[in-house]
Amino acid sequence: MAGGVLPPPSNRGGTGWGPLRVPLLIPTWVMIGIFLLLPVLLMAVYSFLTKEFRGGVIWDFTLAAYDQFFFDRGLFGDEPPVIEWTYISIFWRSIWQAGVATLACLLVGFPTAWFIATRAPAQRTVWLFLITIPYWVNLLIRTVSLKFLIRDNGPLNEALIGLGLLDHPLPLVNTNLAVQLGLFYSYLPFMVLPIYAAVERYNFALSEAASDLYAGRWTILREIVLPMVRPGIVAGCILVFVPSLGAFLAPDLLGGAKTYMIGSLIDEQFKGSQGNWPFGAAIAVILMTMVLMVLMAQARAALKGERK
Amino acid sequence: MSTAIDVRSVVKHYGTMTALHQVSMAIRDNEFFTLLGPSGCGKTTLLRCIAGFESVSGGDILLYGRDIATLEPNYRPVNTVFQQYALFPHMSVLDNVAFGLKMKGVGLAERRARAGKMLEMVHLSAFADRMPSQLSGGQQQRVALARALAPEPKVLLLDEPLSALDLKLRQAMRVELKTLQEQTGITFIFVTHDQEEALTMSDRIAVMSQGRVQQIGTAREIYEAPNNRFVADFIGETNLLEVEVVTASGGMAEVVLPGGHRLRCAAADTTPGRHHLSIRPERLSIAAEGPLTGTVERVVYLGTDLQLLTRLPDGAPFTLRLQNSARTQVPEPGSTVSLQLEDGAARLLVD
Ligand SMILES: Nc1ncnc2c1ncn2[C@@H]1O[C@H](COP(=O)(O)OP(=O)(O)OP(=O)(O)O)[C@@H](O)[C@H]1O
Ligand SMILES: [Mg+2]
Repeated sequence: MAGGVLPPPSNRGGTGWGPLRVPLLIPTWVMIGIFLLLPVLLMAVYSFLTKEFRGGVIWDFTLAAYDQFFFDRGLFGDEPPVIEWTYISIFWRSIWQAGVATLACLLVGFPTAWFIATRAPAQRTVWLFLITIPYWVNLLIRTVSLKFLIRDNGPLNEALIGLGLLDHPLPLVNTNLAVQLGLFYSYLPFMVLPIYAAVERYNFALSEAASDLYAGRWTILREIVLPMVRPGIVAGCILVFVPSLGAFLAPDLLGGAKTYMIGSLIDEQFKGSQGNWPFGAAIAVILMTMVLMVLMAQARAALKGERK
Repeated sequence: MSTAIDVRSVVKHYGTMTALHQVSMAIRDNEFFTLLGPSGCGKTTLLRCIAGFESVSGGDILLYGRDIATLEPNYRPVNTVFQQYALFPHMSVLDNVAFGLKMKGVGLAERRARAGKMLEMVHLSAFADRMPSQLSGGQQQRVALARALAPEPKVLLLDEPLSALDLKLRQAMRVELKTLQEQTGITFIFVTHDQEEALTMSDRIAVMSQGRVQQIGTAREIYEAPNNRFVADFIGETNLLEVEVVTASGGMAEVVLPGGHRLRCAAADTTPGRHHLSIRPERLSIAAEGPLTGTVERVVYLGTDLQLLTRLPDGAPFTLRLQNSARTQVPEPGSTVSLQLEDGAARLLVD
C-alpha cells in the first residue's frame, strides 16, 4: 500500500525463482479466482437474467435491467423511451457525497498523518494504535452512535444550545452533511494510514535543502513534499472514495430519502420480495465499470509521471 | 580583509547536553575554512547553526556584520552541500540546480542558462536531463555542489561532502573543490574529520573537540605549533613525553627529558611544573649521540617511509619516521640507538 498503485520498478520482470514461479503462484490465482473473479462473473451474469417476483431470477437472458436503469418507458412499458434520470441522479449524488467525504478525509487525514509520522518512533505506534481503536467496534454500531450524537436532542445540539451558540437544534440528521460526516468518519483511517506510510519514508533533509535554497514553508509543501508523498495520497483517496461510493450504512442511517445513494439502491434490490436481483446486479456492474475507469485513468497518469 | 562569518560565543544545548561551548571564530572573506575534529565534536551542529537549521542557545552569528542568528534558513544568503546530497528525486538534474534560482524569482530562460553554466563548471552538462537516481555517487555529489553554488551564495557550507566517495574520487574532488572555490571567490566552510583533507585544502583550520574550539590556524601552524595535547595528538602522529619544566619565558622553555638531558624548545604553556612535550616522528634521526636513547622493537615498511617503533629506557613507546632512501641505515630490532632532534622538533604543550 505504501508503494502506491504500482510496484517499484525493481520488482518487475524476473524474480530468480525460475521453475518454481508457476507452482508458487497457483494458490494466489486460486484465491483470486474463487473470491474475486467468480463473484464478479456471477454478478455480471445475473445482471442479464430476468427478474422473478418473489426475489431471485429466471434463467432468461435479457437487457431489461440495464434498460430499466437508463430508460423510462412509462408505467406500462409501452411508451417511447426517454432517459430515466432517477438512477443517474442517484449516481451523481453518490459521486458528489463520496467526493466531499474524500476531500474532507484528505484535509484532516494529511495533517494527522504528518503529525504521527513526525513523532518519535516509539510514539508513532501509540498514535496509530489510537487511530485504529474505534474500528474495533462494528461499523453499524458506530454509525448509529453518530446518529445519536448529532440528532436534534443529542449531545452535540444540547451542548451548542447550552453554550448559547444556538437557539434551537441544528437539524443534521437526514441531511447530506450527515451522510458526508458518516462517510468521513467511517473511512478516515484509510486516508491516514497510506499517507502516514508515505510521510514516514519522506526524507526531511529534502525540506531542509529546499529551505536552504530560499523556499518558504508553503513552497516546500507544494514543490517537494506533495510530489514525494503523492503515491500515499492517491492510495488514500482511492481507499476512501471507492467504498464511500458504494456505502449504504451511512446514507441509510444518517440520511433520508433525499440522500439516497447507490449502496442503498443496490441493497434494496436484494431485500425481501420487493427486490429485483438482475437490476441490483446491473447497478453494481455499472458502478464497478465506473470505478475501474477511474482507477485505470489514475494508473495511466502514474505511469506517464514515472516515465517523465 | 573583511570577515564573512563571525561566530561569537555560540552555545548550543540539546536538552541537558551541550553540543557547543562558547564557540567563537572569524571566517574571512574568500577563505577556504575547515572545521576539523573527531566524530561528535559539534562540527555539523555549528554548520547547521550557521545555515539556520538549528537555533543557537546563546551567542551571535554575523554575516558580513549583519546578525543572522534569528533568521530562517530561506532568508540567509548561505547555501549548504549536504553530506547525503539531499537532491530532489523528482526533479531532473537541471531542475535541481535551477531550484534556488527559481525560488529567488529568476525567470525560466535565465535560470536554465545559469544552471546549465553551473553544470558545465562541474563537468555534468551531458547529464542535465537525467534524474538524480540515474547518477553515480560522485556525479550526485557534483550536482549537489552545483545546486548550492547556482544562487551565488555569500558563503558555502559543506558537511563532509566527500566522505561517501571512494579514495580516488575523493582525491580528485579535493582538487576540483579547491579550484572551484578559487574560481568563484565564494567563502567555503568545509567540515571534515579527515585531517589529510583538512591539511591539503584549507586556508585555515579550526580544530574542535567536545564542542570547543581547540585551535585556529593555517595547516602549518596547527601541525607545527599545536597549542595543546589534543591538537598535537589529533593532527598527524606525535610522541608525547611527560617532562619537567626548568625555566620558561617568552614562548621558550627549558625542560628535562627522560634520561636527564636538558632541552630548549618552543612552549605553548610557560607555567612551571610537569607538562607534555610533543616530538614529531619525522623530525628525529638516528645519530652517534643524542638527548634520547631508545631500543628498537619493530621496523614497519611504509613505502616512502620507514617507521621505527622504539621504547625509551622508562618503557614509554617512541616512534620515528625515516625516509626510505638508499642511504638510510636501518637498525636491527633489539639494538639500542641514540636519537637526535632537529631544530624545532619539540614543543611544550598545554594539557
Ligand atoms: N538533534 C540532536 N539532539 C540531541 N543531541 C544531538 C543532536 N544533534 C547532535 N547532537 C549531539 O551533539 C553532539 C555534536 O554532534 P554533531 O553532529 O555536531 O557532531 P559532528 O562533529 O558533526 O560529528 P560527525 O563527524 O560524526 O558528523 C553529539 O554528541 C551529538 O550526539
Ligand atoms: Mg557531522
